[in-house]
Amino acid sequence: MSYHEASTIAAADAPRLDQDDRPTLRFVTCGSVDDGKSTLVGRLLYDSKTLLDDQLDALASESKTAGTTAGDLDFALLVDGLQAEREQGITIDVAYRFFATKLRRFIVADTPGHAQYTRNMATGASNADLAVVLVDARKGVITQTRRHSHILSLLGIRHVVLAVNKMDLIGFDGDRFASITAEYLTLAGQLGISQVQCIPVVAPDGDNIVAASARMLWYEGPTITAYLESVNVAGDASQQPFRLPVQWVSRPHADFRGFCGRIASGTIALGDAVRAQPSGHQTRIARILTPAGERNHARPGESITLTLADEIDVSRGDVLTAGSAAPVSDQLAAHLVWFDGEAMVTGRRYLLRCGTASTGAVITELKHRIAIDTMARESATTLDVNEIGYVHLDLDRPLVFEAYRDNRDMGSFILIDPISHRTAAAGMIDMSLRRATNVHWQRLAVDKSVRARLKQQRPCVLWFTGLSGAGKSTIANLVDSRLAELGRHAALLDGDNLRHGINRDLGFTNAERTENVRRVAEIAALFVDAGLIALVALISPFRSERELARQRLEAGEFIEIHVATPLAECERRDPKGLYRKARAGQLPAFTGIDHPYEAPLAPDITIDTSELSSEAACERIIRYLREHNYL
Amino acid sequence: MTMLEVPTIDAPAVPGMADGKQRRITTSHLRRLEAESIHILRETAAEFRKPVMLYSIGKDSSVLLHLAMKAFDPGKPPFPLLHVDTTWKFREMIAFRDRRARELGLDLIVHTNNDGLSQGIDPFSHGSARYTDVMKTQALRQALDFHGFDAAIGGARRDEEKSRAKERVFSHRSAAHRWDPKNQRPELWGLYNTRLAPGESMRVFPLSNWTELDVWDYILLEDIPIVPLYLAASRPVVERDGALIMVDDDRMPLQPGEAPQWRSVRFRTLGCYPLTGATSSTAATLPEIVQEMTASRTSERQGRMIDRDSPASMERKKAEGYF
Repeated sequence: MSYHEASTIAAADAPRLDQDDRPTLRFVTCGSVDDGKSTLVGRLLYDSKTLLDDQLDALASESKTAGTTAGDLDFALLVDGLQAEREQGITIDVAYRFFATKLRRFIVADTPGHAQYTRNMATGASNADLAVVLVDARKGVITQTRRHSHILSLLGIRHVVLAVNKMDLIGFDGDRFASITAEYLTLAGQLGISQVQCIPVVAPDGDNIVAASARMLWYEGPTITAYLESVNVAGDASQQPFRLPVQWVSRPHADFRGFCGRIASGTIALGDAVRAQPSGHQTRIARILTPAGERNHARPGESITLTLADEIDVSRGDVLTAGSAAPVSDQLAAHLVWFDGEAMVTGRRYLLRCGTASTGAVITELKHRIAIDTMARESATTLDVNEIGYVHLDLDRPLVFEAYRDNRDMGSFILIDPISHRTAAAGMIDMSLRRATNVHWQRLAVDKSVRARLKQQRPCVLWFTGLSGAGKSTIANLVDSRLAELGRHAALLDGDNLRHGINRDLGFTNAERTENVRRVAEIAALFVDAGLIALVALISPFRSERELARQRLEAGEFIEIHVATPLAECERRDPKGLYRKARAGQLPAFTGIDHPYEAPLAPDITIDTSELSSEAACERIIRYLREHNYL
Repeated sequence: MTMLEVPTIDAPAVPGMADGKQRRITTSHLRRLEAESIHILRETAAEFRKPVMLYSIGKDSSVLLHLAMKAFDPGKPPFPLLHVDTTWKFREMIAFRDRRARELGLDLIVHTNNDGLSQGIDPFSHGSARYTDVMKTQALRQALDFHGFDAAIGGARRDEEKSRAKERVFSHRSAAHRWDPKNQRPELWGLYNTRLAPGESMRVFPLSNWTELDVWDYILLEDIPIVPLYLAASRPVVERDGALIMVDDDRMPLQPGEAPQWRSVRFRTLGCYPLTGATSSTAATLPEIVQEMTASRTSERQGRMIDRDSPASMERKKAEGYF
């Protein structure tokens, strides 16, 4: 009996009460420093009776010592969680808070107002249905308001509550409120924010938060709470075509092969026809396993496991689709919000994550930058932290996607810096620049397994990585000769030699090193297709790029050999005199000296030539190939 | 002093259900939380070389384990369980832990900081702050380093405490296990940046968006086994600094004039018995607990001594590698 069945049966006689199914509204608060966001959120928590006695006691005592409200309850202290924030009296990171009323549950992301923390605002907005934008009634719509509203519109937020705070400080002036409202509605119209509700409030006193203010009788609209409880934000993802990004392939035993993932859109039922994209293989749904047991249908947002009628090749990063096929492309146009302190570099390869797919991606062109204050398109060559632009991307592999405006889960991505691993940018796909779907893979009648049988060997890539002078080429040459003696067919790709030919146009910047490795990986993969054992001797300093080479091949075809001779020993040998030049400053960006080398975490073979002769290293590799049935 | 007779329950720890009372359950809401947590667990399994699940035996761990069983069903979770044993856990917790691992056929790693043990670190003579650092924080780091785990899944929730409210679902740790709250990776949509440099690791919190009440509702909905200490029973306690401390074994030094009293109590959180305050309660079944919870006017961490050592103590402990 499976775990599902066990728990379902145990709870079978438990009454299932679905009546109390209050929907959850996720919203984000944003505004400038001191507009009173944290106070507003604290007030919502306080008024919803979410706070418990010991938390109220702590608030009362902290308000006296750390508060800025002369002994009254300082509601901002409830949400300004980190010590640094309490000391500085500002919010520096996103905080998630939970509260509920009789009608709805709420998750609120409280986000900072500083310009340099715009990325946190985008983070909070990415999962929100609605935004509460705060302005100080004395200041009205300011640059920060425009910036935040722009990010909200880019992230697909269509519902905004404009909370005009500190009305007490302008004497509850209704005319001033009306002019702020008019100014914001103009802005929202430009940004495509279709639903705006403007509400005058005094957050610390609770005016128009839960109860209508007795001090602003001229305002006849809803309070913040009443509006949040009633606004309809639901887009119906179940009406869209079925999309399931495959997260995990479950193969607990020979008789079960399940494809796990969370449904991004659409519904699915037993027997429905589905295809795996990008391969295009078609089959039908055999079983649907959900956390609540086996069922005959499933809906968007559910984490499920599907089994298929036919055995087709599906792996993590693929998407199971039904109805109309999802677009597939390796050339995309997208909006980027740049997060990293290190500015965007066109031509550099970043790691792109979209759904469950990961691939290398080069920003080929920055079409324009968007001036936050005016929304104007400016020409630019780079994006700095907190800047927004429109770019073209060239991906290493075709991506199954949807435009962000149609499907957030299928159209959003992040870019990761391959060296620092920081999240460099958030992206929203606008469209494909060409249809990769039209470029079909040529199916070949004679495949590599046929050729491999002819040669009595399992084709693979022996990837020698290590510092300059570590002994990669020497050992690879010995292995090449030894394989020839044994009557096997190999081919050697040497980094230095390739730079005289196919890679002669490449230099030594990060982007060019990456491209160098990509080309070599592609050639090695073609050799494997031809049934050969490809020997690659290449410094290949970045783990991420070696990983991309591994992903280009099938499981077991990539054998990573770390020639781990210590730097001191390499430098002592210095067979090409390169270290001497590098130390003299004549070779900038030299690996190991002023450029990083990321050692493999789990290499298949490790060789230190300061301890092992090249011949012994060669024999160890041959032995490995025999033991693992490559020979 | 003689060993106190403490009733332990050996029967499977499925709490009493058939009381005929209406349950306050919001299925769709819980199913949404469940789907998100399962998504996070599967991401962890797919993206990391060697993940591990921190199993602290409490109710959150019970829910986490239940979700992991579901996420990989009909297979087993592709990671072991790790329990950092301070040697001061309630005896019923240890019995429950071993039984669950056996019942589910899971690989359970138990780690104790033997250096701390041989130095005789205990919660009475060294103070809760030092004790927690040595026997919990350092012990956890030792275990993660020793086994080379690159992702540790924990049951922390954002509603527990203010600094937790800002923690990411995938929370990056330096090679020294430090959390840098000012330099957290942004998390947008359901996309997680799981890249690590050598030696770095990730803490993963699938229950980030659950509240304490959600946890209880889900335990009720899914009939999840929990340690019986969560249910009210007559237990021997002493009152110290306003907290009810259960005398779980004879290692607990009693102060002059102090004598354990048998009272009907239960626990809202479980940890080391000398540091875990009980609450007076007669809620002996899950539905009664949920009812009591709904009416509760104090937070669960009130029973924890370690959060109140010093201002912002949780934030500091987390930066040092505490879960």
